[in-house]
Amino acid sequence: MSPENSHTPAQAALLPALHAMQDRHGYIPTQAIAQLAKDHNVSRAEVLGVIGFYHDFRLEPPGRTRLRICRAESCQAVGGERLAEHAVERLGLDWGATSTDGRYTLEAAYCLGNCACSPAITLDGTLYGRVDPERLDALLAEKDET
Amino acid sequence: MMPITLYIPGDAAVSSVGAAAVLAAVLTEAERLDLSLTVVRNGSRGLYWLEPLVEIDVDGVRVAYGPVTPADVPGLFAAGWLRGGAHPLRLGPTAEIPYLQGQTRLVFERVGVTDPLALADYRSHGGLAGLKKALTLPAEAIIAEVEASGLRGRGGAGFPTGIKWRTVHAAGAGQKYIVCNADEGDSGTFSDRMLMEGDPYCLIEGMIIAGLAVGADTGYIYLRSEYPDAWAVLDRAVAAARHEGLLGADILGSGRRFELHLFKGAGAYVCGEETSLLESIEGKRGLVRAKPPLPALQGLFGRPTVVNNVVTLASVPWILAHGGDAYASHGVGRSKGTLPFQLAGNLKHPGLVEVPFGITLRELLYGYGGGSASGRPLRAVQVGGPLGAYVPVERFDLPLDYEAFAAAGASVGHGGIVAFDDTVDMARMARYAMHFCAEESCGKCTPCRIGSQRGVELLDGMLAQRAERGNTAALLRDLCQTMLEGSLCALGGMTPYPVLSALDHYPEDFGLVSEYEERTE
Ligand SMILES: Cc1cc2nc3c(=O)[nH]c(=O)nc-3n(C[C@H](O)[C@H](O)[C@H](O)COP(=O)(O)O)c2cc1C
Ligand code: SF4
Ligand code: FES
Repeated sequence: MSPENSHTPAQAALLPALHAMQDRHGYIPTQAIAQLAKDHNVSRAEVLGVIGFYHDFRLEPPGRTRLRICRAESCQAVGGERLAEHAVERLGLDWGATSTDGRYTLEAAYCLGNCACSPAITLDGTLYGRVDPERLDALLAEKDET
Repeated sequence: MMPITLYIPGDAAVSSVGAAAVLAAVLTEAERLDLSLTVVRNGSRGLYWLEPLVEIDVDGVRVAYGPVTPADVPGLFAAGWLRGGAHPLRLGPTAEIPYLQGQTRLVFERVGVTDPLALADYRSHGGLAGLKKALTLPAEAIIAEVEASGLRGRGGAGFPTGIKWRTVHAAGAGQKYIVCNADEGDSGTFSDRMLMEGDPYCLIEGMIIAGLAVGADTGYIYLRSEYPDAWAVLDRAVAAARHEGLLGADILGSGRRFELHLFKGAGAYVCGEETSLLESIEGKRGLVRAKPPLPALQGLFGRPTVVNNVVTLASVPWILAHGGDAYASHGVGRSKGTLPFQLAGNLKHPGLVEVPFGITLRELLYGYGGGSASGRPLRAVQVGGPLGAYVPVERFDLPLDYEAFAAAGASVGHGGIVAFDDTVDMARMARYAMHFCAEESCGKCTPCRIGSQRGVELLDGMLAQRAERGNTAALLRDLCQTMLEGSLCALGGMTPYPVLSALDHYPEDFGLVSEYEERTE
């Protein structure tokens, strides 16, 4: 038997499976945990531990529009915090929160690799650079129209 | 008439400032004028303040225009840009732009130049020469070449790559792995992203060579989930490489094997730490492992594993093609070769600058960077990501080399340089560093997990009330000492660098009198 087989346990496919599930549903439904545990030969507690450890995974559905704002150093150096405060005020949301009507989720990011075009955000996964409060408002308004 | 070739970058950062809209405007205008064009979606040249930067091939010379907005496009056609015509946005022949002309692009020689996914382009621009060379050499000789180059890990720690490979090579027979660390979590850095999006085959080639050197036939690229564009490019590049016989059971007809898998991270900064990364691929929480055992001996699935950064691995094809000595002829002291520095933050000309080690911060910040974007004086720069020290203006003549930086209590890290003007509040930046550590700690050791939270509280106290600041500063220094000494990995162990450097160089921001003022009072 090749070492690859004996050393590649079922658990190694857990993160890809979680990503696939979240891509499909937008979150990891609690009902799926038992099956995930079974498929990957780990306990349910372990699956929850993994979900809890990684910032990407969520157990609740996100808002229809997901806004992530980079709060790391390069973006801070060119007005990123002003942008962040503007978003908090405009959406009336705390970091990590989803609005009660399910419209928005606001999240902090710590560097999107777009530091030469700071401040950076992603809106529903699309990256934008050189974003000031006015541009953010315009981008959100475009979303509202669609 | 031959169609004219235009280059409009497909790089994620360029997309983020409107490349798609520029492309659409170009196609619309071309159709209106009944012109046939070939558009290449190249990587970025790294002159980000000029992006979207569009290049036109004018009789074999690439002429640049930028930054182009969709509204500029009809005017550019009217000005005859397809023949290199004059226009306020015309930057001249790309290769003659001073920002690029001064650089020594070895690792980034093709980024922004070629079509990232065209293997024919890759070959005709020097690609695969290193691998072909490696296939003629015994493993020992490949390692010797990398050792001769003096290449050190570009992920942050600066560990000699040749020594790491030698250890894995010597670890006996059986399954071994090459793991590429593409987590690029450090703020202020984007060179890995640019390389993967702009020249993916270079990374693939580097990984295959690493496999030949240590006797590994399987590789993983651990890519952060924040880089969906890089994922898409790599995914297509790996498929094409397989199809062309570059990957698989018979590398370029040599009878040697190498398989490559992509693995997506899930938004944990600590998973950039190599052992946490391995845990993550194994499907676990990214808890940092105690060392020993070294990953080189017991790494992925318990097998001997090379973990190297993207830029480290992407340097290898050049080194094999041109020789280790040629690479080592660049740089200073024990910092050999070049580093793709990333200029970010409050700079007029942010971007990628690949130059030999030894350049000073001042040259990078003012020569390349053009000084602050705001027009205000620069006051602090953070070098080497969120765990890097803040360097004050008085030290801008520090040469960028691993040893000089270490001696100054700073680190070169992954080569990210973030500049701040004089509106920065360094007490807030210190608080941010502690907050970041608290958010991202894997939780395994107390000094990091609890210490960082305590650090946030102390700094909140200092920011709120001026009176007790002297005492609080002493407590903060003690806490930093505990984190420095008692942390398992550099997240807890280096967070004190930005905090203490802020405290040392900018005491006034913490409401403290500087020692100098105390003495002269
Ligand atoms: C908290 C933490 C985060 C790290 N993040 C990264 C990263 O994103 N990319 C990287 O290449 N190295 C990162 N490193 C360094 C790796 O642990 C390791 O040194 C590196 O991948 C080895 O490759 P190299 O020798 O080619 O640099 C990190 C280290 C720590 C402690
Ligand atoms: S220093 Fe922090 S991140 Fe590193 S092992 Fe300890 S708790 Fe985990
Ligand atoms: S610091 Fe915001 S994108 Fe890098």
